[in-house]
Amino acid sequence: MVKYVLKRIALMFFVFFVILTMCFVLVKLLPQTDPVQFGKDMNLIKMRREALGYNKPILVQYGIFLKRSLLGNDWGISEALYRGQDVWKVFVSKMPATLMVNLYSLIFSVPLGLILGIYSALKKNKWQDYLISTLIMLFISVPSYVYALLVQYLLCFKLKLFPLQMNSGTDYFTWSMFLSVVPAVLSLGFGSIASLARYTRAELSEVLTSDFMLLARTKGLTRAQATVRHALRNSMVPVFPMILGEFIGILSGSLIIEKLFGVPGIGQLYVNSITALDYNFFMLLSAFYTLIGLAAGIVVDISYGFIDPRIRMGER
Amino acid sequence: MEKKMDYANIPREKFEFYRREEEIRDKKLETKPVGYFKDAMMRFCRNKSSVIAACVLLCLILFAIFVPIFCKTAYSENPTDTTYLIYTKLLPKCKLFAWAGWDGCFDETLNEADYLSRRAIGEETGMDPVVKVYREGYEDASSTINTTFYDIRTDSYIKNGMIYLTLTPAEYEAIQDWQDETGIQVIYPAVDTSDFRLEILKNNANIWYQCNQKGAPKLDRDGNFVPLYRTSGNDGEYHSLRIEGDDGSYRYAQATGTSTAISYKVRVFTYTYFQYRFGFEPSFLFGTNSLGHDILTRLAGGARFSLLLALGISLINLLIGAVYGAIEGYYGGVIDLAMERFSDIMSGVPFIVVTSLFQLHLSQKVGVVPALLFAFVSTGWIGMASTTRMQFYRYKNQEYILAARTLGASDARLMFRHIFPNALGTLITSAVLVIPGVIYSESTLTYLGIVNLDSSTMTSIGSMLSAGQSQLTTYPHIILFPALFISLLMISFNLFGNGLRDAFNPSLRGTED
Repeated sequence: MVKYVLKRIALMFFVFFVILTMCFVLVKLLPQTDPVQFGKDMNLIKMRREALGYNKPILVQYGIFLKRSLLGNDWGISEALYRGQDVWKVFVSKMPATLMVNLYSLIFSVPLGLILGIYSALKKNKWQDYLISTLIMLFISVPSYVYALLVQYLLCFKLKLFPLQMNSGTDYFTWSMFLSVVPAVLSLGFGSIASLARYTRAELSEVLTSDFMLLARTKGLTRAQATVRHALRNSMVPVFPMILGEFIGILSGSLIIEKLFGVPGIGQLYVNSITALDYNFFMLLSAFYTLIGLAAGIVVDISYGFIDPRIRMGER
Repeated sequence: MEKKMDYANIPREKFEFYRREEEIRDKKLETKPVGYFKDAMMRFCRNKSSVIAACVLLCLILFAIFVPIFCKTAYSENPTDTTYLIYTKLLPKCKLFAWAGWDGCFDETLNEADYLSRRAIGEETGMDPVVKVYREGYEDASSTINTTFYDIRTDSYIKNGMIYLTLTPAEYEAIQDWQDETGIQVIYPAVDTSDFRLEILKNNANIWYQCNQKGAPKLDRDGNFVPLYRTSGNDGEYHSLRIEGDDGSYRYAQATGTSTAISYKVRVFTYTYFQYRFGFEPSFLFGTNSLGHDILTRLAGGARFSLLLALGISLINLLIGAVYGAIEGYYGGVIDLAMERFSDIMSGVPFIVVTSLFQLHLSQKVGVVPALLFAFVSTGWIGMASTTRMQFYRYKNQEYILAARTLGASDARLMFRHIFPNALGTLITSAVLVIPGVIYSESTLTYLGIVNLDSSTMTSIGSMLSAGQSQLTTYPHIILFPALFISLLMISFNLFGNGLRDAFNPSLRGTED
């Protein structure tokens, strides 16, 4: 088990480095254009470029980049978006907004998704199940921005329950701030509620029809006891890693929802960095997204083994 | 009962020929053979929601194919025309469903001066923008302005009223000829603006009546507007239709420029001017957006592009993934390991990073659409490849493969004649399910502005949504139709795909009965 985990982590870092190298080379191959603007001294820019090592061979630059970024946590200085500011500091300052929105949405969507999934599995092929399944189908299929727009139009504009955009500022724990993030949280939550409920329903209804459930009933357990002690625990084996994966995924945020509701988070930073061609931000965020994705995959895989000891990892 | 026969020695005369006169053949099978695809089709048809979804999907695809062909008008053809800016944000209008509020009108509350200026358009042209008055001349205590208010329903197609246009003599003549031919008034008499001090009033083509310096009409004792038409000056020998109440003294244009390069400044009615320019009365089923584009044809064009792109990507993915997965799965061993590592690395790159890199690198060189295509293909084939690989592992050690190999079949023949057809069902399903995924990602990317497909001739659903978002509170129709379309498309594609998956899944065969 330990050997398997270590192997997976080593492999993850290998993949991460390959992707990082690829991104770095591709970004460095892009032309560094700086339009001539009033008040800009082109000679000064050239000298600064030279001093920062832009004219060295790409491999040497890559060495410098690795040494600085991974060992010294220095990802360079923003060139366009937040001119002159440290990229890492800006990135960290954007983190709380993303974390808060995603955490809230997870807190309300996980229990709701589980409850809906369990309920519709228990009421399988009755009208409650059909209703929930139809809703699940709707919310999984309809793109998240469509119901985000719907939330914005109906709840924020027509009913005036919430502000249209999230409050700016950093006081994250006030009531007005909470109200202003509710639309974003709702729009983020619908999708994960639906997918979680669908998954739980499928797993649980499969377990409920298996033979050991019959055995549990014959040995004298009531239906409720059998469901809670045997069926639910077994059906959680594949569902729990999925929740875990979502917990890691909350770091990365949602690009669309952040743009729509003006959440000053990481997703928006990424989109802005592409439109403003701020390559240092782009490198940092690409590395970040890659790492998050890879880590989520590993944690999900490994957690299977921890949750259900019958699943032996890495054995042939 | 004693009836024991000696079967060994049946006497010869007891035998007789069975149907001696006719030939005996094998009976023809009375039932039709059910093949793999036929079986899948039958089981698909049993799933009602999938069949409905397939029908809806077909309608949407037909919409995307045929609307750009049949609803092509002179208006949707020339999207760079500057006259478009007159016809922005018109509301959806459908003659068939006008009773249900689909009539291009909207409700508003106006103060008295604005209300009268709306009325004046109706007074002059005979087409009243005020369709209905809900509440007339009430006073609002909470308002700081000391005036009366009107709750009315306004026709968005007429409310723009008049504009000033500067025409060359040829254009001026052409409009007059058209007026004579059709009997529809486009050019209305010029106004004597010499009393107005403010530029705003001078440039406001809707004022044809006496008013104060703020533009509020001065009515006469009977409550009628007092016309302020120009009765002197050069109007280039206007010889066409004259409005009612004109004794022939009104001037219909204001000549500017020198005698060699003369041009005419005229007041034209936007509604009838549209008829003159584009040959039909303005009426847009889905309304127009903030640049004056017809949403119906633009949406269909965007949908057509999205569907074509998704179909193309799905086919390319299928091709690459099938070949890659086949080689991986068939040869196994070191080849498999090396190729798996490669696809591991490729699948580790976040899609958004790939797309932005491709856009940054390639969109200048090969264009936005090919760059988008490359981005989708570069990571999209991995799923297909792993599906194919799994199927190959399942089938490659079976006896019939061994038999074929013993008979001397080549590797390629084994792979694509013998094993591949078994994987086809799963591959078709995943190829269909790729399409909504691609449409969704594409609309997300264009919505975020990472990929920019928006131009005067082309658009995508994502750009339509992001352009309409700023008008969400004032003109929700700009966003409503694209959002509705993509939601329907996604739902029906997913239902259709799920039905297909169940139909092709051999383990579910016979469970529904």
